[in-house]
Amino acid sequence: MTNQHDALLDLYRQMVLIRRFEEAAAKAYSQGKIGGFLHLYIGQEASAVGALSNLTRDDYVVGTYRDHGLALARGMSARGCMAELYGKVTGCSQGLGGSMHFFDAEKRMMGGYGIVGGHVPLAAGCAFAAKYRGSGEVTLCFLGEGAVSIGDFHEAMSLAALWKLPLVTIVENNEYSMGTPLSRTMSVADASAKALAYGMARDRFEAKDVLVVRERVGAAVERARRESLPTLIEVQTYRYRGHSMSDPGKYRTADEVEERKKDDCIANAERALRALGAGDDVFASVDREIEAAVDDAVRFADESADPGEELIEAYTYA
Amino acid sequence: MRELRYREALREALAEEMERDERVFIVGEEVGHYQGAYKVTEGLLARFGERRVIDAPIAEAGFAGMAIGAAMAGLRPVVEFMTWNFSAVAFDQILNNAAKVRQMSGGQFTCPIVFRGPNGAARQTGSQHSQCFEAFYAHMPGIKVVCPATAADAKGMLKAAVRDDNPVLVLEDERLYGSKGLVPDGDHLAPIGVSAVARAGSHVTVVTWGKMLVASLDAADALAREGVECEVIDLRSVRPLDHAPVIASVEKTGRCLVVQEAWPFGGVGAEVVDRVQRDAFGALAAPVLRVTGRDAPMPYNKKLEDLTIPSTDTVVRGVRALLAY
Ligand SMILES: Cc1ncc(C[n+]2csc(CCOP(=O)(O)OP(=O)(O)O)c2C)c(N)n1
Ligand SMILES: [Mg+2]
Repeated sequence: MTNQHDALLDLYRQMVLIRRFEEAAAKAYSQGKIGGFLHLYIGQEASAVGALSNLTRDDYVVGTYRDHGLALARGMSARGCMAELYGKVTGCSQGLGGSMHFFDAEKRMMGGYGIVGGHVPLAAGCAFAAKYRGSGEVTLCFLGEGAVSIGDFHEAMSLAALWKLPLVTIVENNEYSMGTPLSRTMSVADASAKALAYGMARDRFEAKDVLVVRERVGAAVERARRESLPTLIEVQTYRYRGHSMSDPGKYRTADEVEERKKDDCIANAERALRALGAGDDVFASVDREIEAAVDDAVRFADESADPGEELIEAYTYA
Repeated sequence: MRELRYREALREALAEEMERDERVFIVGEEVGHYQGAYKVTEGLLARFGERRVIDAPIAEAGFAGMAIGAAMAGLRPVVEFMTWNFSAVAFDQILNNAAKVRQMSGGQFTCPIVFRGPNGAARQTGSQHSQCFEAFYAHMPGIKVVCPATAADAKGMLKAAVRDDNPVLVLEDERLYGSKGLVPDGDHLAPIGVSAVARAGSHVTVVTWGKMLVASLDAADALAREGVECEVIDLRSVRPLDHAPVIASVEKTGRCLVVQEAWPFGGVGAEVVDRVQRDAFGALAAPVLRVTGRDAPMPYNKKLEDLTIPSTDTVVRGVRALLAY
C-alpha cells in the first residue's frame, strides 16, 4: 500500500474512533452513567482529525466544551476520556472536570472550556509563551461560529495579530449556535472575514475531506511555525446531533440533517481509501479494532472508582 | 390562587408586564425562536413579536451594556442570562454602568433594568457552570438582588423588579423551575426588600434564600420529628437585606444558622452574621453558624457534587451543632 493510503487510513481510524466513542457516550448518558452536559462532535470529526494531524507532540491545543473529538485526535486515551465522562478518578481530569473540561498536560491538551470564547485568549497565551521562549510550538485553538460574537475572541485576535503570535484559530462553523442559525448570530456569513480588520491571514473551506483539512490547516501551521504569524480559519462543518444531549433540535428539520449526512466525512474517507485500493478486510479490521477499544474504554470507566472526598479541595490551590 | 410552576410564574410576570408597558422588552440568547433555554420565555415571541422578544448572539457584555443604555434612554429592558455564569462576561457593565450611572450623573439618569436567569448549581454541569452570584452582585451599591424561592415570589418579585427604577437582578434556579406553588390571582406584586417567615418555630432560627429554602424546610420537618422547632426565614431579597424579622426571631430563639449554597468566604451569609451579632448580641446563646457550599470550585463527579452543595442532611447537622453548643 502507498504512503497516501496509510496516512489516510490513520486519519480514517481516528475519525471512526471519535464517532464510535461518542455513540457509546450517548448511550451511557441515556443510561444515566454520564451526567451534566454532553456535547457531541459527531459529523465534525474531519475538522479536529485533519487539523491536529499537522501538530508535533509539543504543540498546544485549546478547545471548547465540545472537546471529545479534539482530545481523541490529540492522542488522549479513550479510557481516560470515557472515565472522565463517567466522573471517575481515572479520567483525564480525575472526574473533576467532566465532558466539557478534558485536560492532558502531557499531550499539551490545554483544556476544554465552558464559557463561550473565554478560552481564546488562553490560546493566545500558549502561543505567546512559545514565542517568548523561542521554543517554536504552535497553538491550535478551536471555537464555534457562535463564539465569534463575543469580545474575548476579538481581543485575542487583536493581540495575536499585533504581537505576531504563532496561533491558528479554527472557527468550526457548524451553522448553529445552540438553536440559532448562523444568519441570526452574525451580520456576515464568513467568520474568516473578521481576520481582514486584524490584518491577519485567513482561510475558509469545507471539512468534508479530511485530507483537505489537513493540507489547509497545515499551511497555517507552517506560517505560525516559520514566520510566527497567526491565521484565522473558518471550517465549514455540521453537527448531526443536538447542541447537547438535552436539545430537542426543533430549529431544524430531520430532512436537513439526513441530507447533510449524505456528505459524511467518514464515508468520504472510506470512498477515497477504496479508490486507493483498500478492501472490505481493511474496514472490517478497523471496525473490530475500534469496537474493542471503545468497549474497553466503557468497561474501564464503569469499573473505575469515584474520586475521593479529599479531592474536592485538593486542587483549589497549588 | 392557582397552582403554577415556578417557570410559568416567571413567564406570566413577563407577559403581564410587557402587556402593561410597551417600553418593556426582553433580550437574551435563545429567548425567542428556541422558546428559552429553560423555557421561561416560551410563547412570548409569538405573542409579542421580534421587536420585543429579541434573540441575541453570544455577546453578553454587548447586549447587557446595550440594554443598560436603552434603559438610560427611556426603555425598560429585561435581560436574560442563559445562566448567571455567563453574566461574568458582562460583569463590568453591571458594576461600572448599571450600578453607578445614577450616582455619578448626580441623579440625572436612572437605570430601570432587570437582569434575570438561573443561578447556582444545576446537575453535574461542572465548575464553570455551577456558581452562585448573589455575593458578587449584592456587594454593589446601586444594585438590588432578589432570589425568589417560590412560584408566588417568582412572579411577584419579577413584576416588582420590572417596575423598579433601579437595576434589579433576579436570581432564579434551574432546579426550582419545575417546582409548583400557589400564586395569587391578578396583578400579584411581591415587594423587594421584605423577608418572610417561611415556617414558625421557637428553638432555632434558620436564615436562607433561593433554592436553599427547600433544604432548610425539609430539615425543619425532619427536626420537628425530634421535637426541635426551627423558625425558617426566607430573605427573598438579599439586597436590600431586611434583617428585622431575623433579629426578631433570634431574640426569641437565641440561636441562628445561615444556610447558603454559595462559597463561604465573605458573602451574604457573612452579612447576615454581622447584623445578627450586632443587633441580637444579648439574645445569642451560641455563635451564629453557617452551612455553606464547600470552599472549592464545583467538582463534576456526582458524589463530590452532592458533598459540595448543602443538603437537608447538612442543614440538620448544622442545627444540631448549634443546639449542642
Ligand atoms: C458566555 C457564554 N454565553 C452563553 C453560553 C451558553 N452556550 C454554550 S454553547 C452555546 C452555543 C455556542 O455555539 P457555537 O459557538 O457555534 O459552538 P457549537 O456549540 O456549535 O460548537 C451557548 C449559547 C456559554 N457557555 N457561555
Ligand atoms: Mg456552532
